[in-house]
Amino acid sequence: MMMGLIFNFSLAAMMPGIILVVSLAALLQFFISYCRSLIAASVKQPISADVRDVTGIARTASGEDFERVIQLLRLCPAHPHDRSEIRAIGTYFRLLGFLRVSAGKLMPSLVSWTETERGQCAYFAAVALERRIAFSRDMLAEQMHT
Amino acid sequence: MPGPLDYCIWVLCTLLEAGVVVCALTRGSFRRYLTLNMYMAASVAMSVGRYFVLSHYGFNSNQYFYFYYYSDAILTICLYFALMGLYSIVFEELGAGTYVRAFSMLLLGGTALFTYAVVHQAQDRMVTRYVAEMSQNLYFVGLVLTYVLWGAVLKLRETRARVVQFVLSLGIYFSLYAANYALCNLYPNVGPLLSYLPPIIGTLLPVAWSYAYLRFDEDARFAPARLAVIPR
Repeated sequence: MMMGLIFNFSLAAMMPGIILVVSLAALLQFFISYCRSLIAASVKQPISADVRDVTGIARTASGEDFERVIQLLRLCPAHPHDRSEIRAIGTYFRLLGFLRVSAGKLMPSLVSWTETERGQCAYFAAVALERRIAFSRDMLAEQMHT
Repeated sequence: MPGPLDYCIWVLCTLLEAGVVVCALTRGSFRRYLTLNMYMAASVAMSVGRYFVLSHYGFNSNQYFYFYYYSDAILTICLYFALMGLYSIVFEELGAGTYVRAFSMLLLGGTALFTYAVVHQAQDRMVTRYVAEMSQNLYFVGLVLTYVLWGAVLKLRETRARVVQFVLSLGIYFSLYAANYALCNLYPNVGPLLSYLPPIIGTLLPVAWSYAYLRFDEDARFAPARLAVIPR
């Protein structure tokens, strides 16, 4: 009887702790996969020579390009559908930076993985920039037409 | 009493949920993802109901408290049906949808009984504790079910972009909610601080689902193996 009570009490006390740890681990995994799904949608889209010139992305994008492309994105009128995805990828990029700094020394393979991922984030931002420029051109053309 | 910011988030969340249904209708996918859209429609109805209870009985009333938590539990059960709908879509080619649905219903009943058994030990404020702990456990079981579904998506090489987006955003939503409720149960003193989180988390799912409807066609495809954190 007493043992049963102690077991039930400790179970009731432990459950939120276990749920918290498991939830945070799952959150991290789902968030990374979700961001990769957003990137995967843009990775096959080519970027124009104009955008390559403006962003300085010659052939493959690197993590260093990301901040510059984001600054350029802020200069363009916002596209109605891309704000939340850019915010999500920005968070993912910062998470990768944190992983590279914190766990990179312990796991050298993680550094190259995060760098590849950061490069894809930059490419994603360049595709978003391309879309915003096209959107702005369309808006301007519409205004000129009216 | 909710302040202007709370009302803003509330209205925004309700509009976003209604937006999902509108997006599904305009993209011709309402029937295809019926359970998901019904959940969003139920969320809008619950928001309106909560507003009426709040305006009639006040924020600190027992009526509002119970209506809030019980409607939350009902919505979570509706979300289970949405999740089962996704299971059916993922498993439709295997013809295993019926077994998965039966298992999910058993799990749902088991969660309710387990929560009752745990809370029954603490006799104080049993009903209020039950609804809070029930929500935590329901979200956690939802998270586990979504995780299993994500595993099935990877294993079965499901490539439909919308389905992948729906599953992943649901996983983020469940894990955030389960973590939030677990924190509230672990540290009841920080409960008022954490009370701002659920409405903000609540906006994530409609945003992600609207995005999936607007950004991807029904035919859009991914290679899901590339999305896994651990490469396959």
